[in-house]
Amino acid sequence: MILDVHNVTVAYHRKPVLWDIDLTLQRPSLVGIVGPNGAGKSTLIKAILGLVPLASGRVTLFGQSCQKQRRLIGYVPQRESVDWDFPVSVLDVVLMGTYGGLGWFRRPRRAQRDWALECLRRVGLADLAGRQIGQLSGGQQQRTFLARAIAQRAEIYFMDEPMAGVDAATERVVFELLGELREQGKTVLVVHHDLRTVAEYFEQVVMLNMRLVAAGPTCTTFTHDNLAKTYGGRLGILDDAAEALAARERSV
Amino acid sequence: MIDYNTAVVLAGTSMLGAGAGLIGTFAVLRGRALLGDALGHAALPGVCLGFLLLGRRSLAAMLVGAWLSGVLGILVVAGLRRATRIKEDAAIGIVLSVFFGAGLALSRYIQTQATQGSKAGLDSYIFGKAAGMLQGDLLWISAAALAALLAVVALFKEFRLVTFDGGFARVQGWPAASLDLLLMGLVSLIVVIGLPAVGAVLVAALLILPAAAARFWTERLGMMLVVAGSFGLVMGAAGTAISAHVSRAPTGPIIVLVGTCLFGASALFAPRRGAVARWIDHVRFRRRLRGQAMWRAVYELIEPRFPAIRPIAIDELAHRTSYTPAQLRRVLRQAEMNDLLIRRPDGRYLPTAAGLAQAARVTRGYRLWERFLTEQPELTSTFARLDVESADSALSHEIVAELEAALRAEGRLP
Repeated sequence: MILDVHNVTVAYHRKPVLWDIDLTLQRPSLVGIVGPNGAGKSTLIKAILGLVPLASGRVTLFGQSCQKQRRLIGYVPQRESVDWDFPVSVLDVVLMGTYGGLGWFRRPRRAQRDWALECLRRVGLADLAGRQIGQLSGGQQQRTFLARAIAQRAEIYFMDEPMAGVDAATERVVFELLGELREQGKTVLVVHHDLRTVAEYFEQVVMLNMRLVAAGPTCTTFTHDNLAKTYGGRLGILDDAAEALAARERSV
Repeated sequence: MIDYNTAVVLAGTSMLGAGAGLIGTFAVLRGRALLGDALGHAALPGVCLGFLLLGRRSLAAMLVGAWLSGVLGILVVAGLRRATRIKEDAAIGIVLSVFFGAGLALSRYIQTQATQGSKAGLDSYIFGKAAGMLQGDLLWISAAALAALLAVVALFKEFRLVTFDGGFARVQGWPAASLDLLLMGLVSLIVVIGLPAVGAVLVAALLILPAAAARFWTERLGMMLVVAGSFGLVMGAAGTAISAHVSRAPTGPIIVLVGTCLFGASALFAPRRGAVARWIDHVRFRRRLRGQAMWRAVYELIEPRFPAIRPIAIDELAHRTSYTPAQLRRVLRQAEMNDLLIRRPDGRYLPTAAGLAQAARVTRGYRLWERFLTEQPELTSTFARLDVESADSALSHEIVAELEAALRAEGRLP
């Protein structure tokens, strides 16, 4: 058992954001989390990671609580969650991925720097290692966060909208990276907004709208019925969904 | 000459400034600067209560009192935010004024009650009086500054992580809340130790000014700490020296004035981030844009009957660019000197081969971007600086080839 989310409810000021979610992942896979705005997609990730308090329920990773499995978790937060004017270089940020393995007081050394540079190479940013992070484009900032997560050498990755507002080159890098991680037997949960690419990118899909609408293999779960349940009667979204389904049928 | 007493005071305020610069760097980056201000103001009633309880002037009692009421003030800020829907700035404003008001009332009460000797003592906690510093005080201050230095050196990596991305730190298993608390504890330590020298009103400036000034000079956190620490040291030392020798003003305001000079000079003259450098950068940017617009105009005037090259009148260019007539004449003269344009006897201009190449290059770059942005408008935000990056270097070869093919099909590729 990789991930077990049991009866999880999260509320802000008594207003539920996630309500009684049950979700299990048995074996490694690429998982897309979709749902309308405000459906609690990011909150689900944060609840699993222990970043927001649970009103009820529990979460286990590889059979134990998350607090005990920190070293197995890689995390890509939303790009807007940090101040990009902060005085650090791209390499500094990627090195932060190695801090967990270093422990208290020890500084990153040659081995960590080499590894961080290797991670930057994998996202195509090796040339920009010395730049201050504010001088990067949005897509490059997103790739910096990805490199930092790779530097964590985790078993399970949580990515919060890594493809929101990025250029085509970055989206391709993310897609290739997901494939590499999958080959290495890792599990990746990705909050995703673009319904058209769900079938192409993810083997499993979690459809969320405060409640868990459906979860399972993309080919059987990502259906018109479930999309209608997830997004309600929102017309524009359903047009997107029709397009998404058409794309899925083409790829099948 | 510097007598022993002055040397003690100088050493004290320098170390205080250096420590404040280090801790202030993290406080400013973490967005906690205003909380430091609230802490300073909220410390005043504690000073007075410490005095009242012991009935005499005792530095230790007053500082402990200051620390307790300062921390209480911060807790009230946190409590107000959590229990009510008041925003942080309002909560800080409430605590700052209520606590400071209470402190002023208490100090007035003490001044009417107690003997004359105590009066000056309390005043110095409001506006600061470094001259009153004794050798014993120096010990306290050096201990605090040393604690700040040690904490920053030992926990540099941890503080950097928590200040930059607290959520990521928590996922990695770092006790982000405790590290944050430690940072606030160090802030409160510096504030309390700085109270007698700089005063409750201005002590926050000691935290904020060196750090804010240092940010202008560097893009690296390590260097920012070094610069902020040095600025703090200079601020404390120079402020004390000036206030001791030139005027008899309280030390706090003079130290803050010195800090303001450092900050002002940094904000104006620092390379890259300073106002002057940014202004020059802006002027260059505008000049580049206007120059590009002119070369595009040259190309587009010739384009309809290319490869025949016709001379171009000044009026035609004036019409298509945003130059004033004088600017346009200057730019044309410049182009003439660079052998890009030739001025004919009738006053019209002919581009040379190099000039024509320049015009074609600028126009091609412009049309590539134009095409790219109209075809993929959702990607506009992904490029950092359209004015400097050429389409060829910023876009992949395939995309450039595609765009060129599209332009060629319309006959618009220079």
